[in-house]
This record gives sequence, C-alpha cells and structure tokens, in this order.
Amino acid sequence: MPDQERVPDAGGDPVLALRLYVAGDAPNSCEARSNLAAILEGRSSDAYTLEEIDFLREPLRAMRDGVIVTPTLVKVAPVPVRKIIGTLRERASVIAALGLDGGKGV
Amino acid sequence: MSIGEAVGLRKSETGIAGFDEITHGGLPFGRTTLLIGSPGAGKTVFALETLVNAARTGGESGIFIAFEENSRQIIENAATFGWDLAALERDQLFFLDAKLPATVVNSGSFDLGGILAALTEKAAEMKCTRIVFDGIDVLLSLLNDPEAERREVFRLHEWLMESGITGIITAKADASDPHSTERYAFMQFMVDCVVILQHRLADRVSLRGLRVVKYRGSSFAENEFPLIISEHGIDVATFGAAEMEHAVSNERVATGVAPLDTMLDGGYYRASSVLVTGAPGTAKTTLAGSFVAASCARGEGALYISFDEAADQIVRNLASVGIALQQYRDAGLLHMRSMRTEVMSAEAHFIRLKTLLRDLSPKCMVLDPISALSKTGGHVAAVHASLRILDYAKSKGITVFCTSLVSEPDALTESTETQISTIADTWIHLSYVAAGGERNRALTIVKSRGMKHSNQVRELILSADGVTLAEVYSAGGEVLMGTARWEKEEQVRAEQRRAEAARERARRELELAEAEAAARIAVLQREVEARRAERAVVDVEAAEGTQRAGTTRHAIEQLRGGAPTGGGTTDSASKRSGTPTG
Repeated sequence: MPDQERVPDAGGDPVLALRLYVAGDAPNSCEARSNLAAILEGRSSDAYTLEEIDFLREPLRAMRDGVIVTPTLVKVAPVPVRKIIGTLRERASVIAALGLDGGKGV
Repeated sequence: MSIGEAVGLRKSETGIAGFDEITHGGLPFGRTTLLIGSPGAGKTVFALETLVNAARTGGESGIFIAFEENSRQIIENAATFGWDLAALERDQLFFLDAKLPATVVNSGSFDLGGILAALTEKAAEMKCTRIVFDGIDVLLSLLNDPEAERREVFRLHEWLMESGITGIITAKADASDPHSTERYAFMQFMVDCVVILQHRLADRVSLRGLRVVKYRGSSFAENEFPLIISEHGIDVATFGAAEMEHAVSNERVATGVAPLDTMLDGGYYRASSVLVTGAPGTAKTTLAGSFVAASCARGEGALYISFDEAADQIVRNLASVGIALQQYRDAGLLHMRSMRTEVMSAEAHFIRLKTLLRDLSPKCMVLDPISALSKTGGHVAAVHASLRILDYAKSKGITVFCTSLVSEPDALTESTETQISTIADTWIHLSYVAAGGERNRALTIVKSRGMKHSNQVRELILSADGVTLAEVYSAGGEVLMGTARWEKEEQVRAEQRRAEAARERARRELELAEAEAAARIAVLQREVEARRAERAVVDVEAAEGTQRAGTTRHAIEQLRGGAPTGGGTTDSASKRSGTPTG
C-alpha cells in the first residue's frame, strides 16, 4: 500500500506529494487524470510523488481520508494541505493551488 | 398499517411525535424522502432524530452525511436534546463529515460516484437501514451547473433505490433563488415523499411549520402543522383524529365555591373545560385557586400553569382570601409552573404542557390566563394551540379551568374572538359593576353546556375566610351590590324591626284593653254583689217593717181595745210588701 511515509523527505525544497482520488474510470475521473498529467508534464519525477486512490478498490480508506467527491486532488505536502475538486480543467487555478507557479514557472 | 395506502407499501416510523400520525406511519420504507426548508427550520434535527429514534427503539443502524455542518457540532447540538450520540456512534450511527473546507479549490466538474461506492461498503458493514444526506445543496451548488446537479441528484436517487435504505435528503430552499427552485422541482419529481419545513416570524415570535406535499402511494394529512423544536427534539403538533371521540362524564367536580356549585346544579362536569373571563382584578385567579384547592382536598392531583406570574406570588395572594395552596404543594398534589409567554411560541407552550400533563397526569388543570398565549406571536397559532390544549386535556379526562383576560366594554366579543369560548363547556364572566362610588365584582354564568344553571347575576365577595357569592338586589332595573346591597339589606332589616315593634305594640294595647275590660267586669261584678247585698238589706227591712206595723196595729188595737181600722199606714205597708224582691 502506498502511504504518506513513502513521501521522500527532501533536504532543501520539500517534495510535492499528491494524491488523486478517483472513481474507477468514470468520465470525470478520467478527465482529471489526463489534466493532471498535462500539468505535471515536463517535471522531474524526483520533484513530486503521485498516488492514485480508487474509491472502487479502496472505498473505506478513501472515505476515511475525508474525500467526498471524485475526482479530488490532495496536496499532502508541502503544507498547507490543499484540496482541489473537479476535473482539474482550470489549469491556472490548479497550478496556483499546488504552489507550482511561485518563481518556478510552469 | 393505515388507511388509504397502496398494498405492500411499508413505512419506516420516524418516532417523531405527530409526524408518523400525519403520514399514517412514517417515511416510505426503502425509499427517498426530500426534506426542504428555509435555514433554521429544523431539517437537520428532524433528519437526525429519525436516525436516533430508529437506533434507540428499533436497534437500527444509520449513516449521517453532513454536507453543511461539522459532525462534531451536530453531535454537540444533539446533546441538548438528551441524545447520547457518543454511545450510539460506537456501532449504530456513523457520521461522515462531508463539509468541504473553505480552502478547497473548485476546478471543474465532479461527481458522487466515489463516495456512493464507499457508502455501499459502509452500509453493508453496518447493516445500515437509514441514511441521511444533510444539506446536499451545499455540495451541489459547487457544481455550478444545473445539468450536472441533476445528474448527481439522479445518481444519488438511483443509489438509494438500489440500496433499499430508507433515505432522507435535506436541502435548503430559497424561494427568491430561481436556481434552487428549479433544482427542487427536479428533486421533488424524483423522490417518493416531499416534506417542507417552514420557519417564519410572526409578531417577532418564531414559528415553525411542517407540511407533507407529496407521498407516493399513501394518503397523508395535507395541512401545515406547527413544528416545535423542544428540549426532547422535534414535535409536530397535530389535532389528533378528525373526529372527536372523548368519553363524556356525568360526574361533577366541585368549583370550590359552594354557592357556585348550587348555581351550576352541582359543579363543573368532569373533563369539561371551564372558561372564566374578566377584566384585571375580577378574581379570576381566586376562582381558579378555589377550584384547585377543592380538587386537592378530594385528593386529586392538580396542575396550575400561570403565565407571567410567579407561582409563589399566587400562593401568597390566594392565602389572603383563605385559599391555602401551599399545603397541597408540599403534599405533592399540586404542581405549579410559571411560564414566560413570550419566550416560546404558543405551539411550544402546547408541547410543553402536553409533556407536563403526560408526566404528572393531573385530574385538574388551570391555565391562568390562557389569553397570554395570544402574546406569543400569531393570533391563529395561539388559537390553534389553545384549542389543542383543551382538546388534549379533554381526551385525558382532565378538567381544565382557563382564565382569560378581557377588557371590560367588549368582553364578550373579545372572548368569542379567541374561539376558546366556543369550545369551553362552561363560561363564567366576571365583571365590575360600578355604582354608588364603588366597584363590585359580579359573576354571571354565560353558558354551561348540558346542565341547568342559574341565570342570576351574583356578587362575588372575597374575604379572609374565602370566596362566596351573595344574592344581589335588583331595584329599578339595576342590580345592587357592595354598599348599596348592604344598605338595601339594612333597610330590609330595619323594616322588619319596625314591623315587629309595631306588632308588639298592638299586642300590648290589646292586652291592655283586655285587661281593662276584665277589670270593668270585676267592678260590675262587685257592683252587682253590692246591689244584691243592698237589696237583701231592703228585703229584711221590709219584712221587719210589716211585722212592726202589724205589731203596732195590734198594740194600738189592744191599746184602743177596738177593731182594727184600715188607715193610711196600712195602705203604704201593703203596697210595699207587694214589690217583687228580685
């Protein structure tokens, strides 16, 4: 089981840890997957971790995590924890919420 | 289970007083009910109470999904109703915090597919039979897309249908927002049962109401019913059965004022309602006190509800007119409660009274004054509450004594307006009669159903020994009371005294006359005797005279030696002897 402990503890810049909660291959979930992939495209795989949690496979865990709607993207680290709901269609607001715009560019 | 419902339609009792009655058994079993209402109308409490009741009494399990409030807040609020959710939460209740944090970023469309999958799992694990989606509108509005909203509502409904769980979806309704109106039009169409909760202000008093607008396959009461959030939870005030089926009693209960019992041909009927109207200070409370004192003296429990006047004050005041209530309070026979009218709505008062009557089961109840309820916001609500109180008490065989404060000039019109006078069985009106520089209390029986009663106006007299009624005099079309009555009584007494004196005098005069006559008789008698004695003397003298004359003649003849000659003396003597003696 992938867990929060697996998030590498980077020395300087904290590594971006993301979780994407989906409901199988529901249209909204599929759209979120591809939108997120587009946002993260070009980033070094060391710069972030992405874990996908499927409600249909681990329903009770997803619920315990306090996720209500699918899809939901949770930025677990660095703090503050942020939740983004929806298909992640609005690229700019997603990037802002993930803190990826600060000086680093997109 | 009840009349007029489709065959096989099962219902899930809510355990909410009144609601199960209106819907003939509760919510549609295994189906969805939509609970719409304005903020603060009681949606959350209603929905939660159905879960709590089912868990407590039926051992059922339920899930509560809170979209609007933090579940901790809900649990804390529930504690004020005496619901120990912590105990139930261990295995019968599951709260899911579905309130999205304020920091959530909304980026595109989403759905409930994931959470419903999780709930399927959870429901199976708990053997859940009831579920509440509280404040679904909060989440739906984030979609910002009517079509997507409909899609999710439809998804939710499908899930509920498939799960076979009895579901409640609550949502805020805002008549001014066309979007919400559209949203609910769709939801109402889909679900099996729709209940609308209302919250409004009338005369600055909060009033809540509940109305069932749709119930597929079942009959239901269509009116709006008052809804109260009491200290025990939700209470929906119903009128009870449409037909009145109270047991009627011929037994009489004492009024506590002996002359009033006589006027009413024995007292009030048991389980009847008595209304006493009057201006301030006309001794309404005193009559009420007499009534409960009489009840307690018989050993029957009584409940005295006073509005806006402290119980201790009433006890003290009544003690001054010889009505000792404290002893009965100490003995636990008399329960007194003072309520502030404007704190609660009339309906809330009704619910509270109902609870008191249930807990204390008194034989008699006083509501002093019932007119105070009309201060609680909304004339109609007050009337309904009053009628329901009387109706409920009647059904429990409780004799109710209500006082009603009315202003003097149009007392009877006002009392009729509150409609209590219509359903009161006995109506006594107390008024002031001002004449001769004073005001006196007058008592009239306006009506008393099913018993002969006096039509006389009486004067009500309060003294340290208690309450009594006095005959009033009517003179020249006016009743005399107070000093005027006392004067009249004095006058009558004086006349009686005068008449008696006159008779006595006449008697004495006659006695005197009789004595005089008797005396005269005695005098005459003595005279008769005197005359008789006199005559006897005369007779003796006469006899002696004749004898003497004879002797004389003889002596003369002897002396003369001649024959007796007829002379003058002889004539007179014979004449005298010829006089009758008696």
